[in-house]
Amino acid sequence: MFVLDQKEMMTQTLGKFVDLVSKELPDDVMAKLKELRVQEEQPLAKAIYDVMFENMDKAKKLSRPTCQDTGVIQYFVRTGAKFPYLGQLREILKEATILATKSAPLRLNAVEVFDEVNTGTNVGTDVPYITWDIVDDSTNVEIEVYQAGGGCSLPGRSIVLPPLAGYEGAMQFVFDTVVNWGINACPPLIVGIGIGTCSNSSALLSKKAMLRPVGTHNPHPKAAEMERTIEKGLNDIGLGPQGISGKNSVMAVHIEGMAHHPSVLGVGVTIGCWANRHGVIRFDEHMNYEIVSHKGATL
Amino acid sequence: MMKKILTTPISDEAIKSLKVGDIVYLSGTLVTCRDEGHRRIIAEGIMPKLPMDRIAIFHAGPIVKDVEGGWEMVSIGPTTSMRMERYEKEFLAKTGVKLVIGKGGMGAKTAEGCKESTAVHAVFPGGCGVVAAEQVEKIEGKEWPEFGMPEAFWILKVKEFGPLIISIDAEGNNLFEANKVTFHERKDEALAKTSKHIVSMIAKS
Repeated sequence: MFVLDQKEMMTQTLGKFVDLVSKELPDDVMAKLKELRVQEEQPLAKAIYDVMFENMDKAKKLSRPTCQDTGVIQYFVRTGAKFPYLGQLREILKEATILATKSAPLRLNAVEVFDEVNTGTNVGTDVPYITWDIVDDSTNVEIEVYQAGGGCSLPGRSIVLPPLAGYEGAMQFVFDTVVNWGINACPPLIVGIGIGTCSNSSALLSKKAMLRPVGTHNPHPKAAEMERTIEKGLNDIGLGPQGISGKNSVMAVHIEGMAHHPSVLGVGVTIGCWANRHGVIRFDEHMNYEIVSHKGATL
Repeated sequence: MMKKILTTPISDEAIKSLKVGDIVYLSGTLVTCRDEGHRRIIAEGIMPKLPMDRIAIFHAGPIVKDVEGGWEMVSIGPTTSMRMERYEKEFLAKTGVKLVIGKGGMGAKTAEGCKESTAVHAVFPGGCGVVAAEQVEKIEGKEWPEFGMPEAFWILKVKEFGPLIISIDAEGNNLFEANKVTFHERKDEALAKTSKHIVSMIAKS
């Protein structure tokens, strides 16, 4: 039997995983959408939920990307310092993106910067986009892939407020962003909020918050209470699916924070659409893997 | 209830019978057209080599697979229509397109254009690219391939394509603009309550 080397094995596994994530929503998102569908009462909104579920069935059955906008591929790597293929991981992620682009197939979305020409491969300068976190000293790595379309990337923003604006100013920024921009981002939305110290730290925290599994809360009791309060507030606005108006606006509100400089309060907002295509896969040093986000899925 | 189906070429009478909130389906010719297409037609004054009178356009960038002798539609859902707001009114007048399909609403200028050109804007549920692809019977052609897969004009033959929720009718009624007013009123109230709760919670420490 032909035996693939470890690097090739990881590339192929990841390629298949990126393909899977484009076609099946993760367990947390599915569970929440089912819950919200039952709550909906307005006929137009109910009709939209029906099409959403029909679409998810068809995507799985026909093995096709659930949304045509499969995004610019983003990876969030949470690794142990001793994972043996760390040095090759960037190349592995790039190759996996190319594999999935052909197999799924994914839409060709990478437009080269400055030249403004589609690369035709879904890879380009710094794309796939990779964020690295060294989390411990282990030999394992956890890779999260996220496929954000243009529609739900558009509302993302961060601002740095003076301290007197306080959390009140932060809430104004969050609510304005969701209402002014969220309608076109395919509600019900997942809203990620980052409280940081500058524009990039707040933005990154908000993205990480958005990707946290739906149904989880920040371990800090005050942050968890903020999440519940903001979720209730946004749902009271009743954007409904596709912003057509309805019972709910959001699937979840997640907040992540960091200590900040006393004279600034950074706030980041990242919006995820209902077709929230993210997935987590974990490898050990022998390339044994576990799919965390899609229980029971096979590659 | 009977499915209401529009067929291309779409008559003015059929357009005038539609009201915001109605659900309809489309059979016939549907052409994808996004930012680049609108810009070229209106800002540069160049028309594509295809008849556009009384057909429908779809603000969409599909995933298309090359197959022997043509293409296969894999997934095609709507993109944000508001991006085309700047040009849509002139686009309707110039092309004779009767039905604009996209995601989210469009603004006052497009509503004006719908009234003047007897046209409507409708919403196809976003993120439902497979349902839409299944309703494409055939990809008949491609114009302006140099724009790349998402931005090129894909000429499609569709059957009972929908559901399409009318969001701007030919009288200029605008579902999303009306919703926006309601959402902003509710936002002010919800924001005040939320802020008060959070600020008092932080202050407790």
